[in-house]
Amino acid sequence: MAKTIKEINEKIKKGKAVVVTADEMTELVKKEGVKKAAVKVDVVTTGTFGPMCSSGVFLNFGHTNPKMKFSKVWLNNIEAYAGLAAVDVYLGATQMPENDPLNRMYPGKFLYGGGHLIEDLIRKKKIDFRAESYGTDCYPRKEFKTKITLNDLNEAFMLNPRNAYQNYNCAVNLSDKTIYTYMGVLKPNLGNANFCSAGHYSPLLNDPLYRTIGVGTRIFLGGGEGFVVSSGTQHSPCAKRNTKGIPETPAGTLMVQGDLKMMSPEWVRGVSMLGYGVSLMIGIGIPIPVVDEEIAASCGTSDEEIVCPVVDYSKDYPAATGKSLGKVSYSMLKSGQIELRGKKVPTASLSSYPGAVKIAGILKKNILRGKFLLGEPQSLLPGPDSGIKFKSLK
Amino acid sequence: MSEKQVSKKIVLHFPKSLINEPIVYRLIKDFNLKYNILKAQILPDQEGLMVMDLSGKEKDYKKGIDYLKKTGVSMQLLSKDIRRDEDSCTHCGACIVICPTEALRPDKKTGKVIFDSEKCIACELCIDPCPVRAMELHF
Ligand code: SF4
Ligand code: SF4
Repeated sequence: MAKTIKEINEKIKKGKAVVVTADEMTELVKKEGVKKAAVKVDVVTTGTFGPMCSSGVFLNFGHTNPKMKFSKVWLNNIEAYAGLAAVDVYLGATQMPENDPLNRMYPGKFLYGGGHLIEDLIRKKKIDFRAESYGTDCYPRKEFKTKITLNDLNEAFMLNPRNAYQNYNCAVNLSDKTIYTYMGVLKPNLGNANFCSAGHYSPLLNDPLYRTIGVGTRIFLGGGEGFVVSSGTQHSPCAKRNTKGIPETPAGTLMVQGDLKMMSPEWVRGVSMLGYGVSLMIGIGIPIPVVDEEIAASCGTSDEEIVCPVVDYSKDYPAATGKSLGKVSYSMLKSGQIELRGKKVPTASLSSYPGAVKIAGILKKNILRGKFLLGEPQSLLPGPDSGIKFKSLK
Repeated sequence: MSEKQVSKKIVLHFPKSLINEPIVYRLIKDFNLKYNILKAQILPDQEGLMVMDLSGKEKDYKKGIDYLKKTGVSMQLLSKDIRRDEDSCTHCGACIVICPTEALRPDKKTGKVIFDSEKCIACELCIDPCPVRAMELHF
C-alpha cells in the first residue's frame, strides 16, 4: 500500500502521523517485518552531526553612507569572497585568517577559522568587519571598518555545496609516523581507525536510491529549518551498491540551504583539525516519508548491513590510488575495535553519534507536534542510472 | 561564618642563600597553615626543592604565598588539572583513541564519551586532537 507525501502531511496536520527514529524503525522491521512496518509508520527521522568542510554562508551587510562596492572583505581578519554585488559576500568554513601560522609550526593548531566565525555569528558575538574597494562614481567609498553582529545583517544564508555524505571512508595510517588529517590524528602502524558517518542514522543511507529526498525536501539544518537545494558537489550515485541499494563507498551528497538567523550554536560548531585546518560541524536531520515497502526496508537497515572502505591516509589517499584495504561494517566500527591485517585496531568517530540520535529525536517531536511538515521534492536527485561519474583533475 | 578552605600541591625552589632560613616554620606559625611534605631534596647545585600539600583558610593561604614570594622562594602549583568543558564536548569520540589511560572512553549504553578525571594523568595528549578543544588544562 503506497502513501503519498501529501497524505502523510494531512496526517501530520491532524496529529495522526506515526513517526519513529531510524533506530526505532530498524527495531520495528526486525520485530514485525517490512510489510507491517511500512503500513504502520508514516515518517522515519534521521540525523547526523559531523564535520562538513564544504559549507559556508552568504551574508548581506547593507550599504554604507556614502556607498561602497566591497572588493575585499575581512571578518575577524578572515577573508570572505566579495566577488559578487556591492555588499554580498560568501564566507567559507575552511578559510583561515591571514596571519595564521597554518602548518608552519607542524602540526598546526588551526584554532580559529571560517567555521568558528560562523559559530560566533550564530552566538550573536561582535565581529570585526573591514572592507576595501577601488571606488566608482556610484560607490565612491574606499574603506570601511566597523563591528557587526548577526542581527545587523540583512540576510545570512547558509548554503553548503556538499553535506550529508552518503557513507564515507574509514581512515587508517600504515606508515611509521603519526599523520594529521581531516579524519583526525592517525597513529602509526594502524594505531587507530577513524570513521565519520552516523551509519544507520545517516539521512542518505535511509533513502539510498534517492526516492524521496530531492529538491525542496524540508530538513533540520543547524538547529533551524532548511531545504535540500539539489544534489551536492561530487554526488556520485553510480557507486557500487549492495542488493538493498546501499552504497559501499562514499556516494550521494546534498547541497543544502538554511537561514543562519534560525540556527543554534549547539548544532553549528567550528572545529579545529590538528595539522589539517578548520571545518564546520553541522547537525542535519532529514525526515523520510515511508511511501512504500522498499523505503520501509531501507529505513530498517541496521549497522551490520552498511559497510565502508578502509583507506590508508598515509599513502593511498594522498596519492589517489583509489585502493582500499578492505571493508568494515558500521556495527564493527561502533563496537570500538576492528580487525585489520591480523591486528586489533581501536576505532574513533569524528561525527557525534549522540548528536545524530538527538537530532532524529528532535525532528520526530517536531513532526508529531505538527510543527514540521514534509517538503514535497520538486525533482529527485540523479540516481544510479544517471551515468554520473566522479571525475579527477588531469 | 566559616571561611573557604584551600588545599593545593605546590613545588618550592629555595635558592642556596635561603636553605637554612626557617621559612616553612614561619609559614606554619605566622599564617596558620597546615602542610604535608611530599618530597624534599637538596639539588646538586645546593638549591632546595620541596613539594608539599599546603592547606588552610583562603585568606591565610594567600598571605602565606605572598610571604613566600617575598622571601625569594619560587613557587609553582604541582598538579595540572585537565577538565572537560561539558557544554562544548560533542561526544564525537575522536579523543578515545588518543588517551593512554582510558580516562576518556565510550559509554556503550549511551554512545557518549565518559571523562573519568580520576584516571587522568594530565598528559595533555587529548587537548589538541579534540576538534572543539573541549579538554582544558587548568593550573
Ligand atoms: S574529542 Fe573533544 S568533543 Fe570529541 S568526545 Fe573527546 S572531548 Fe568531546
Ligand atoms: S590528559 Fe592524558 S590521561 Fe588525561 S584525559 Fe587527556 S589523554 Fe587522557
